[in-house]
Amino acid sequence: MVSKFDRKHYFYADLPAGYQITQHRQPIAVNGYLKYTSLQSAKGNQRPVKKMAKILQIQLEQDSGKSLHDDELRRSLIDLNRAGVGLMEIVTAPDFSTGTEAAAFIKELLLILQTIKVCDGKMSEGSLRVDANVSVHHPGQPLGVRTEVKNLNSITGVTKAIDFEIKRQISELEKGNEIFNETKSFDYVTGKTVTMRDKERLQDYRFMPEPNLLPLRLYTNDTLPTGLSDDQIVNVDKLRDSLPLLPAQKRQAVQDKYGLSYNQAQFLVGEEGLLEYFTDVVEETNRDPLLTYNLLANQVLMYLNREDISIHNSPVCSKRLKELVVLLSHKTISLNTAKKVLEVMFEGDTRLPPDIVEHHNWKQITDPDKIEEYCLDAITKNHKLVSLYKGGKKKVFQNLVGQVHKMAYGRAEPNLVNEILKKKLDQM
Amino acid sequence: MQNLKEVLNQLKTNHLSAEALCEQCIQRLRKTQDLNAYVSVSDSKARRQAQKAQQIYNSGKNIRKLEGIPIAVKDNYSTTDIQTSCASHMLLGYHPPYNATVVQRLLDQGAILMGKTNMDEFAMGSGSVNSIFGPVKNPWKYPFNKKTQNNQSSDYDVRAASNKKTSMDYSANPSKNDSNQETQYVTETDHVTESDQSQAWYVSGGSSGGSAVAVATASCLVALGSDTGGSVRNPASYCGVVGYKPTYGLVSRHGLIPLVNSMDVPGILSKTVDDTAAVLDVIAGHDELDSTTVTDPRVPFNLPDVSRIDIKSFHIGIPKEYHVPTLPGETRQTWQRAADIFENAGAKVSQVSLPHMQYSIVCYSVLNACEVASNMACYDGIEFGHRASTSDSTEALYASTRHQGFNEVVRGRILAGNYFLLKRNYDKYFLQAQRVRRLISQDFANIFKEGIDVLLTPTTLSDAMSYTDYISEDNRTRCEKEDLFTQPVNMAGLPAINIPMEISTSGLPVGLQLIGQSFKDKRLLTISKWFEHQVNFPYSDLVNSIE
Repeated sequence: MVSKFDRKHYFYADLPAGYQITQHRQPIAVNGYLKYTSLQSAKGNQRPVKKMAKILQIQLEQDSGKSLHDDELRRSLIDLNRAGVGLMEIVTAPDFSTGTEAAAFIKELLLILQTIKVCDGKMSEGSLRVDANVSVHHPGQPLGVRTEVKNLNSITGVTKAIDFEIKRQISELEKGNEIFNETKSFDYVTGKTVTMRDKERLQDYRFMPEPNLLPLRLYTNDTLPTGLSDDQIVNVDKLRDSLPLLPAQKRQAVQDKYGLSYNQAQFLVGEEGLLEYFTDVVEETNRDPLLTYNLLANQVLMYLNREDISIHNSPVCSKRLKELVVLLSHKTISLNTAKKVLEVMFEGDTRLPPDIVEHHNWKQITDPDKIEEYCLDAITKNHKLVSLYKGGKKKVFQNLVGQVHKMAYGRAEPNLVNEILKKKLDQM
Repeated sequence: MQNLKEVLNQLKTNHLSAEALCEQCIQRLRKTQDLNAYVSVSDSKARRQAQKAQQIYNSGKNIRKLEGIPIAVKDNYSTTDIQTSCASHMLLGYHPPYNATVVQRLLDQGAILMGKTNMDEFAMGSGSVNSIFGPVKNPWKYPFNKKTQNNQSSDYDVRAASNKKTSMDYSANPSKNDSNQETQYVTETDHVTESDQSQAWYVSGGSSGGSAVAVATASCLVALGSDTGGSVRNPASYCGVVGYKPTYGLVSRHGLIPLVNSMDVPGILSKTVDDTAAVLDVIAGHDELDSTTVTDPRVPFNLPDVSRIDIKSFHIGIPKEYHVPTLPGETRQTWQRAADIFENAGAKVSQVSLPHMQYSIVCYSVLNACEVASNMACYDGIEFGHRASTSDSTEALYASTRHQGFNEVVRGRILAGNYFLLKRNYDKYFLQAQRVRRLISQDFANIFKEGIDVLLTPTTLSDAMSYTDYISEDNRTRCEKEDLFTQPVNMAGLPAINIPMEISTSGLPVGLQLIGQSFKDKRLLTISKWFEHQVNFPYSDLVNSIE
């Protein structure tokens, strides 16, 4: 398994050497694929569809510098800090039909790269950039002329740019116009692709083998060479064995073990640290995973996203959430109370949930007699609603339920309330 | 004559002081200033370093391998203290932020840098005549007493001249770096100086002409050159010194401004093979910063005494394809005499064949131009070096900068190289040349496989040409002729050496080339040492003519 390096020559202010070292003729890997799941909307629901995209090749190359154009002062600024830094270019076949599909692919790719600690996934910081080649054609016809939308640096950008470009091309063709093979960039403000001021002439890059870099040899257990020290050998088998669990494997494990859906599994696997947090809580409490999931996904993440904090920096650690889950599943507190406790903890209360519940006297009332008291109280104080109910308007039951909860300061166990109130009303 | 071993011994035993040695070299440098061997001279700093070296010798402790030894370095090696110009307007006044690995290794062993030597611009040439500082002159038969020998204060001016009138909107303003006060100054004139035209003088060969002259005139003991197609061996032959090209991959190229990455090798100019081995010992070996250096563990290069070299155990090959029709009779005879020396002493001498040699020079020219076009792409005037004052567009800036910064030779090779590398031409020219290159490599390998130890050939077609004769043909034509015998060695990555043998009937040095097997540098040097001892080249003839 040998790959070689080439020089790709062109003149541009962000390319100080006048050439870029890349792998034009013999890249490090060819003929690959990546399985991913794309969410397709159907009947208001989003169902995951399994897809596979072919990866034509992966090549190692140097990054160029960054050029910024100052239109106002009519000048260009060049930032050379990343010039020469190594990067990996992944080239797929034209296997995507929508912006959503492409975005789903990118998300899965990012997740894998982050899992194996090859990339930090911060697209906005330039850790991963996407160039999208888009074309349209009638079914059964060959692929149309493509345009290239360069330097997309967010998932939403990928989706929007591709969808816009598809629409634009279709519109042009329907008008009877031609599509030109041009390079475009995406304007995030207007949501449109714009043609880059590009040289019309065809570029001959005069590729030449890079004379200063030796061919890159990869080995397997079967092909290990003699006479080289360990630090000179790259063993693909050894690297493969050392890989951590990849996202697809993790998702499957979560679905199998905890009975969660694909979307829920993807949610947990999709953010670094989330799955560990989740399993921490679930394993110790041995409680209903769905309960934990809902609390985590709805309450905890909502708060974290609002404050832009990662799960690692959550003020509510898995230990405390675990205690909350225990209280919930014992029905010691109601869901509403749980939300209140979380709120309190997020605001800075560092006590354990049982202590907080104790302090605020938020224990759920599960004594039927007590509840009956509240129900009778509510009935007494709401003649009108009772009459309406007895008169056939069943919907007002909820209003009466609300009254009961109000009186109980929200601490009454909801199912019992429903049960007992109904009984009492029917008894009347 | 001073050689390294003797000098080091004298320094160690207090028969010679480092300061006196340094002073001697500086004086010789001044006396031979007209030869234009140096671009930059750092005599003040050298004197200070000599003082320090003397202190070390006085203490008798931690004496390094080259403590106090004056060296000169070709001006295409990056040096932090002194300007690195490659004899080009493009890099005039450029001060690199680091030392080339080989330079650093020499300095780390106590060597003292006398200055940077003159060369063909960007090492493109075989005469050292294409330099913005004017041509380098061969000390042999140079009309010294007809010139006023300047005894100036330190840091003299090197008068620069250009062979052809080129108009530039660049006005020479060297040395933008204020921290080094001792570097030379270049004043440029648009016209060829008197001495260049009036008196007859001979070319020094190239492109490492300055280094060869520096060693020949003893303004330093050893010097670094670079050899891509013969640029160390050629001037060594013309100036009568030992010029060594190591195996490709033995010595680091980091900091050597590249001409042809796949053929460039740092080379050593000296007066004895022992000196060469001593310097090779210091500079050779793997460098992390150069991936093309081999990682094999280093073996020291100390050579046996001449008396212990059994020449009978070696087999010398004479490649018949080197008998070209244009080979002058005198060279042929010298070559024959050399072969006889080996045979008479009992070595086995046989004729061998390099069937593809006739194609070598053409392929070399193609590959050279291709790599040049690529390597010169970094000179855009943006980050360093000369920048034209155009502000119309980036493209216009690049074009002006490169037109002003490069001479015609450089520009010509860039254009040719770009042509060869075009997609439609790549297979026909670049790939084809590489295929033939492999055949040439194999030709050599086959010979060595049959038991040949070294090949014996002339280094150059003849002795040095007069300047007027030399420039009667353009650079490209000239190189094609002058590089004929030396460039196949670079195509195959082999080690080779020029040993000065005798003085020609014209009174100029004639050298012979020995070519060895890849990574068998020690064997090549051993055989060379024996041969050198037999021919006993009259170095003192030159020294006497100067003093």
